[in-house]
Amino acid sequence: MTRLRLEGVTRRFGGLVAVDDVSFDVPAEGVTAVIGPNGAGKTTLFNLISGFLPPSAGRITFEGRDITGRPPAEIAAGGLVRTFQLVKLFEDLSVLDNVKVGCHLRGKAGLFAALLRPASARREEQAVEARSRELLAFAGLAAMADEPASALPYGRQRMLELARAMAAGPRLILLDEPAAGLNTEESAALSRIIRRIAEDGTSVLLIEHDMTLVMNTADRVVVVDFGRKIAQGTPAQVRADPAVIAAYLGTGKPSADKPAVQEAPHG
Amino acid sequence: MTISPSITSPERRPVRLVGLLPWLFAAVVVGYAMVVGGYAATVVSFALIYAVFVTGLNLFMGFAAQVSFGQNAFAAIGGYLSAVLTASHGWAPVPAMLLGIAAAVLVAAIVGFPTLRLKGHYLAMGTLAIGLITYEITVEWQSVTQGYMGISGIPPFGIGPYEVTSDRGQLILLSLVVAACAFAAARIRRSRFGRALSAVAGSEEAAMALGIEVARYKLLAFLLSAGFAALAGSLFVHVVGFVSPEVFGLHMVIVTFTMLYVGGIGTVAGPLVGALIVSLLPETFRAFKDYQDLAYGAVLIVLLIYAPRGLASLFSPRGRS
Repeated sequence: MTRLRLEGVTRRFGGLVAVDDVSFDVPAEGVTAVIGPNGAGKTTLFNLISGFLPPSAGRITFEGRDITGRPPAEIAAGGLVRTFQLVKLFEDLSVLDNVKVGCHLRGKAGLFAALLRPASARREEQAVEARSRELLAFAGLAAMADEPASALPYGRQRMLELARAMAAGPRLILLDEPAAGLNTEESAALSRIIRRIAEDGTSVLLIEHDMTLVMNTADRVVVVDFGRKIAQGTPAQVRADPAVIAAYLGTGKPSADKPAVQEAPHG
Repeated sequence: MTISPSITSPERRPVRLVGLLPWLFAAVVVGYAMVVGGYAATVVSFALIYAVFVTGLNLFMGFAAQVSFGQNAFAAIGGYLSAVLTASHGWAPVPAMLLGIAAAVLVAAIVGFPTLRLKGHYLAMGTLAIGLITYEITVEWQSVTQGYMGISGIPPFGIGPYEVTSDRGQLILLSLVVAACAFAAARIRRSRFGRALSAVAGSEEAAMALGIEVARYKLLAFLLSAGFAALAGSLFVHVVGFVSPEVFGLHMVIVTFTMLYVGGIGTVAGPLVGALIVSLLPETFRAFKDYQDLAYGAVLIVLLIYAPRGLASLFSPRGRS
């Protein structure tokens, strides 16, 4: 079963083609990774899928429904939730409240429920509280529930963002460089958590620079370079693909003079 | 900030009690005004009316972190509708007040829909224009508002045969209204609706990515804020018995902003504390005569340096609560 399908997705910024006629499928099962050198158009691709940018051409379907160019909140409500390369937490809120915000889509209490607190709203609030604490435990943040989010160390902030996104109950989660800035140990823990998410039935699509994470975590890899898809397959297939090796390590031609595989995580 | 496991109960108690201090302060001030009466009662009454307005302003500016320099427009709509309907058309205060609030919310919806597409400084300029336009209307529409002359003979607030005419009666009425407003703000704070506003305040992109309709929540906060402003405007004309364009002019914008920042933007108790302090400070310095404004200004600066998130934030465990 296909969860997400991209057909000829293209995005131009003036004369620059950031994403050029990219097509691939994300199956419901497992973890799919998009890799590519810096500036290959990966984050633009995520922005197109999650509705933060409209594509110039092409079609994006999620579970068979056309979501091309729909607003981000609507796409999220449909079950496709993303995280950001630079963590965007609600810094003034506590760790717990961040995850509670993530539960927004699972509730329906409005202004009058807030003021009058009918029984239905109290039940909903209890469910939100229970679900949020469960997710904090899953992300290893249970002991920090009442801390302000801004007080967490960076690695924990990334975990919190992941827990918050999962609180929305997505059927597909887009992770934009989730391992950026994490140390080896944190990155290994993240890899286990991503596998758990996939095993629990949420499809995962991630962009990553950390090759160890990709090779250990992903079931399928899509490689992009200069906005184009250049390869697709299992981690092992992709690693052996001459086009991928050329893109990452260079072929001696000046046009392929790109950064190496083990580069700094931020780009 | 140290990373410690969740606060245990023996530590939590004093934190809770400290959180009550702003409310205790407000109760003492209102109680004092009730006992002394006269001028003190008038000053505190005005402060409580401002507290209603600032509580609404705080929903939009504190909870949702937007900017509006034009909420005085909605106070003017509430105030003038109450004044015209009760003084010129013989309406009872309550229906006139409700109609005023409804009208203000309606105007806020019509104006807010396009204006809230603006952000930051542009939103500030756009909303400032709303206030200025409303001011001009109250000046120029003489057949209804009587221009600079203003409208006098507005009856005191009352329900049926019961009229609130005494200083103490007004203080009690206003305290109840302020308490209800603060209660509403506290409930909103700790709800799905309030969390969505905090999300909009924290990061619009992250909020959108979690399925929060950012534009809708901004508009709702704006409408709520307008409702509180109209309520304050209506209360004002009934307490004073007179209204003129100057009441809801630019001065009101400046004073209420000061109250919001001195009291603590984004907190529940901040608007009330700010409204009381900013109203009382100039009175405290009356003995300074010519230097009164100077002393007032100096104290404001000191307050904002040592309590940059407002006085109420000093009493909350986190910067905002």
